[in-house]
Amino acid sequence: MTEAPEPGPLAVSPSLPVTSYQTVGPYFKIGLEAFYRNDLTNPNTPGRIVEVAGAVLDADRAPVPDAVLEIWHADSSGRHMVQPQAKPFDDTFIGFGRVPTNEAGEFQFRTIKPGAIQASGPELQAPHILVSVFMRGLLYRLITRIYFSDEPGNADDPVLRSVEQHRRGSLIAQAVQGRPDRYEWNIYLQGENETVFFEL
Amino acid sequence: MTPVATPPSQFVYRMFQEGVLPPNFCPAYVSSVKRAPRQPLVPLPQTISELTGPTFTPPESVQSVDLTKGAHGAALGERILVGGRVLDEDGRAVAGTLVEIWQANAAGRYLHASDQHNAPLDPNFTGGASFVTDAKGRFRFETIRPGAYPWRNHPNAWRPAHIHFSVFGPAFATRLITQMYFPGDPLLPFDPIFNSIRIQAVRERLIAAFDWDTTVPEYGLGYRFDIVLRGRHETPMENKP
Ligand SMILES: [Fe+2]
Repeated sequence: MTEAPEPGPLAVSPSLPVTSYQTVGPYFKIGLEAFYRNDLTNPNTPGRIVEVAGAVLDADRAPVPDAVLEIWHADSSGRHMVQPQAKPFDDTFIGFGRVPTNEAGEFQFRTIKPGAIQASGPELQAPHILVSVFMRGLLYRLITRIYFSDEPGNADDPVLRSVEQHRRGSLIAQAVQGRPDRYEWNIYLQGENETVFFEL
Repeated sequence: MTPVATPPSQFVYRMFQEGVLPPNFCPAYVSSVKRAPRQPLVPLPQTISELTGPTFTPPESVQSVDLTKGAHGAALGERILVGGRVLDEDGRAVAGTLVEIWQANAAGRYLHASDQHNAPLDPNFTGGASFVTDAKGRFRFETIRPGAYPWRNHPNAWRPAHIHFSVFGPAFATRLITQMYFPGDPLLPFDPIFNSIRIQAVRERLIAAFDWDTTVPEYGLGYRFDIVLRGRHETPMENKP
């Protein structure tokens, strides 16, 4: 096999052309199911357990039964896992989940509520979950974030503030009355309430 | 554990150049029409959330991955070997990253409840596997060359033979899902998914190269498929004010 160049000083312009994206298609379960994880919690992980549930809806408000969400978030003290895992996705909490939608386009996951990102000034961030959305019909992933409706820090979050006010609500999971640890959050791919998707 | 400070840089990873990524709204790919968002994307700064992601300890050597050995015997079809490296744009190995693959069998049929193509399933072929790249970013697997299969995008629509690839890379920002195609496939010019990438040179990089070094004598043809993830900007983040 040909060896690529050894790591050197960081180049000003890239030397290799980046690989592009293609759709995940309808049959991703064959490759991705081994690491489906809709419960990220572990008995040893400190923090408050929360559930987030919702649905993925298309332009006609029809449920999308063949989407898969990947989530990534900090632990309860606002720290992201930076240590490599010995084996992919054993039972330790690392803040990663992968959740397919069901026949009704619904998804649900259970995790530890992330803490605020501890930093000062514009880098302070309210508790949030990053989401990638993959499905047949999407050539490139959609990227969005989930915030929590009962977090006062949302008002100062730099990412939320960068979104037009009338669209911010699409990024905020709503606490469910009478079920203190449950939040609802839907993904609207198109239409009046289209979810805010990010360019990263 | 020391708290990880949010890096001050908002542009640690290079942005994709215009035309490199396929657009999500692509009418020739019919199922994009009701699923692709229509509002412009909102720029997201690269904060600690986007700059971290699941990473893994690289195996001591290239993992041995074989999709051709089924529960009852060998999978049917042409055995091939696929090898390559996961690199970044600056040529650095992406070590310890999780790669997942899935594909149709030799007859063009997926082991999946919603695949109704009238072609046989192979009891010895599931078509799925995962592995972690070694310290040099290398991977290698043995499989069966997938068949072309029909789909309902337009009359007489057929997908060119392909293997689906999912790669994490070092961060949420580098997550990649793509498809590997085969050189000389006559269906490539007609495939709306392949051709959704506007720049010809960019889409042609999704075509694996026939490779003598990966070919095993008396055993199977080899293909090389290197995957290049987004690189970082020239200024390391710790040097920023
Ligand atoms: Fe496919």
